[in-house]
Formats: sequence, structure tokens, C-alpha cells
Amino acid sequence: MIVVIVSLLLLIGLVFTFAGSLGLLRLPDIFCRMHATGKSSTLGVSSIVLASFVFSFSSGAASGPSIKELLTIVFVFLGGPVGAHMIARAAYRSQVPFHARTIVNEWKTIEEEITEPQRNC
Amino acid sequence: MITVVTSIAIFVLTCCILMAAYRVIAGPSQPDRVIALDVIAINMVGLILVLDIKSGQRVYIDAALVIALLSFLGTVSLAKYLAGGTVIDRGDR
Repeated sequence: MIVVIVSLLLLIGLVFTFAGSLGLLRLPDIFCRMHATGKSSTLGVSSIVLASFVFSFSSGAASGPSIKELLTIVFVFLGGPVGAHMIARAAYRSQVPFHARTIVNEWKTIEEEITEPQRNC
Repeated sequence: MITVVTSIAIFVLTCCILMAAYRVIAGPSQPDRVIALDVIAINMVGLILVLDIKSGQRVYIDAALVIALLSFLGTVSLAKYLAGGTVIDRGDR
């Protein structure tokens, strides 16, 4: 029973991780690539860590369950979105070009509204 | 069953690391390379844990935890370097 759960969690994690890496390879723009990796890799690796945690309850494991797997899940979930946000901000500020078919840039209009009253002063 | 699944997992995760390594080498901008390195580190955590399940020994979980922490630290410091040119903010800048 535990083996089935571990295998299912591993396969779910593999599908998400492969989707994230394929998006990193194939998508045209850095922001699209970050959209792929920031979500999929976090969820995929969390599933794999959860599979390792469930496997520690079985009789084939050398030791019992520990808190370290859960800590790894916490750190991956905390670190992935924060790192992706900071990289996206750094990429936008260093003028990494958008893809040619980008339709809307909401932050640009907000930025103009913010900086416009300062020019009038 | 668990042997087959872990073998497939090792193959797929290695392919993912190779795809991210292509993006590290060929990425057109520097933030591309940074997120590709982040993906490599995250996939490395998964690979270590799959090896852990496959061997049944559970001795590598500390390494997975440390790699997860250090990849976050490296990503944040590289992002600060790309955004402002410095890693550590001082008061006079």
C-alpha cells in the first residue's frame, strides 16, 4: 500500500518537474520561462519529498520518519516564489526584452502613473 | 515496482537537469541563466531524494535540505547583484 502511494507521488512529481524543465527549455521569453519553472518545479519537488517522507513509514526504510523532509518542503515552498519574484524584478529593471507578441504590460502603466506627479512638482 | 519507478525517475530528472544545463549555456540573458541554475539545484534535491528511496538508506536527506537552502541563498544574492550591481547594501549608497 505504501509502495503504491510512494510510486504515485513520484510519478506526479516527475510530470510536474518535467513540465517545468520543458517550459524552461522551450518558452520564448524569460517571464514565460519563470512562469513555467516557478510553479511546476516547486510542486514537483515537493511531491518527491513527500514521497520520500511517506516511504520512511514502510518496512524497507532504514530509519523512521524525520522532520527534515517537512523542513525541506517548507524551504522549497518559501524559497521558490521569493527567488522567482526577485529574479523577475531584476530582469525587468535590467531591461530584458519581452517577447515580440507580448500584449499587455500592466506594470509599465502603473509606473507611469506613479512617476507622473513627481515630474509636475 | 518501486525499483522501476525510481529508475524512471532518475532518468527523467537527469533529462530535466540536462535541459536546464542547455539553458544555462545558451540563455540569451543573465537572469535566464540564474533561473536555470535554480532549476538545476531544485531538480538535484529531487534526484538526491529519489536515490535515497532507491537505496532505502535515508542518509542523503541532510544534503537535500542543505542544497535547498543554499540554492535559495544563491538565487537571492544573484538577483540582488543583477538588480543593483551590489550584493550587500551599505548605508552610503
